[in-house]
Amino acid sequence: MEWETVIGLEVHVQLSTQSKLFSGSATRFGAEPNTQANIFDLALPGTLPVLNKDAVKMAVRFGLAIDAEIGRRSVFDRKNYFYPDLPKGYQVSQLDFPTVGKGELTFTMDDGTEKTVGITRAHMEEDAGKSLHEDFQGMTGIDLNRAGTPLLEIVSEPDLRSAKEAVAYLKKLHSIIRYLDISDAIMAQGSMRCDANVSIRPKGETEFGTRTEIKNINSFRFVERAINYEVQRQQDVIEDGGRIVQETRLYDADRDETRSMRSKEVANDYRYFPEPDLLPIVIDEDFIEAIRADLPELPDEKKQRFMAEFKLGEYDAGVLVSSRELAEYFEAVVKISGDAKLASNWVTGELQALLNKNNWEVSESPVQAERLGTLIARIKDETISGKIAKTVFEAMLDSEAGVDEIIEEKGLKQVTDTGAIESLVDDVIDNNPEQVQQFKEGKEQVLGYLVGQAMKLSQGKANPGQVNQLLREKMK
Amino acid sequence: MALSKAEVEQIAHLARLQLSDADIDDVTNRVSDILKLIDQMQSVDTDDVEPLAHPHDAVQRLRADEVTETNNRDALQELAPESQDGLYLVPKVIE
Repeated sequence: MEWETVIGLEVHVQLSTQSKLFSGSATRFGAEPNTQANIFDLALPGTLPVLNKDAVKMAVRFGLAIDAEIGRRSVFDRKNYFYPDLPKGYQVSQLDFPTVGKGELTFTMDDGTEKTVGITRAHMEEDAGKSLHEDFQGMTGIDLNRAGTPLLEIVSEPDLRSAKEAVAYLKKLHSIIRYLDISDAIMAQGSMRCDANVSIRPKGETEFGTRTEIKNINSFRFVERAINYEVQRQQDVIEDGGRIVQETRLYDADRDETRSMRSKEVANDYRYFPEPDLLPIVIDEDFIEAIRADLPELPDEKKQRFMAEFKLGEYDAGVLVSSRELAEYFEAVVKISGDAKLASNWVTGELQALLNKNNWEVSESPVQAERLGTLIARIKDETISGKIAKTVFEAMLDSEAGVDEIIEEKGLKQVTDTGAIESLVDDVIDNNPEQVQQFKEGKEQVLGYLVGQAMKLSQGKANPGQVNQLLREKMK
Repeated sequence: MALSKAEVEQIAHLARLQLSDADIDDVTNRVSDILKLIDQMQSVDTDDVEPLAHPHDAVQRLRADEVTETNNRDALQELAPESQDGLYLVPKVIE
């Protein structure tokens, strides 16, 4: 039977505020345990929440970026469950009146097709602390630094149809969040986390199958692998005559499988009710418009502008705007080099390859925009050839020196002195009488070979245009 | 609406309350009485009434995003029954 996969994602992002959602404790990552956990975060009796204005702003900022309805009046609710990393015994979240309502997100797949996915809602809530289960003589250690960090939970409609689509959606979401500068969104550090609701149904069926929820996926790569594993597992269960049980499963990256989380409680019963310690949040037009006026250029707009302003193809423009940092790097290179086409080729080619190989962020590149821009400028003014430029690029990895300095020091300057090139060309003609004869008989292709020989002789430093011209003249 | 004894046991479990067998009948009756009152309130037509999120007719005030708390770990951990390496220790929560 042919199956269709149905996926919806719940993505949690930690908002990059300085202080917590409801208290003045710091939210810095990596602090010593419990040094950022104070009386409210520890749920000492009598303490009350006071809502962080920037967290609300960031949520609205996200809402506007995905064209969502902004909740003019949103309400916090208590979601009740007992777990020691949540000392109040409930998590403050939003149920019926979230700050961000329905919106949508459009992303491009690797093959160029576009897809639009509905976003059901994005609500604010507080993060929980961390439990450490090792080394405490049979007890569990609790670090509440993370407890109360503001989260935005972004819930998609079940509109995704493959693991690849899920990853493409998540990457686009990640890119927008980084453009908006509302979260570091680093999956490996947990500032962006993803749960996937996965089900399958016979192709053509309109009812959804029973879904499972996969938790603990902490990289883009694992999102794809975890979903693919789970889809295959569900197919095997059904084709063997079994039934899918609605449950939460954990992804184990080491074994590349999902496992049922054994749970004694039959079903979660969160007993939501409006949080009596907080009043409704009312957002007015001025508040929204001030945030709208402050929105940065987002990836889709930037892509259109790059295509129009720099005459780039859609694919290259898409790669360049995939991250804000890369787009800014590219624009800096264009400004210095004055050549958008070459800048695009170098940034999407050599630079991307370098970053991928070393798993670097743009900001970590030893070749900064300033140096790459100058390098391209030197290709344009014919100081060096494109081929030699790659040698200079390599040299920049081990050297902080400027481009001109490296060219000078390594003697890479292109030879444009006619006398020197003439002697090269003479050598080539003398050493390849057979090819010269063929050329004279009208075999044009041989010229390329002869130019190549001359370039080789010059160790890549001769100006290929000049070599070409001189060869033609001398073989007339 | 009357509650069954099993439902009361489930609610007690969710609230982490321990009820003795002797208490359960009494609690069941009393909670059922509260629910009867709620049933009576449910019969009022509230179609035109906005749900109330809070009894005060006021709006949440927002605070500036500033760190105002400092590290008080040592003092706070004196309140805890047990702590080690800066962590609060609790009975093991996973099997």
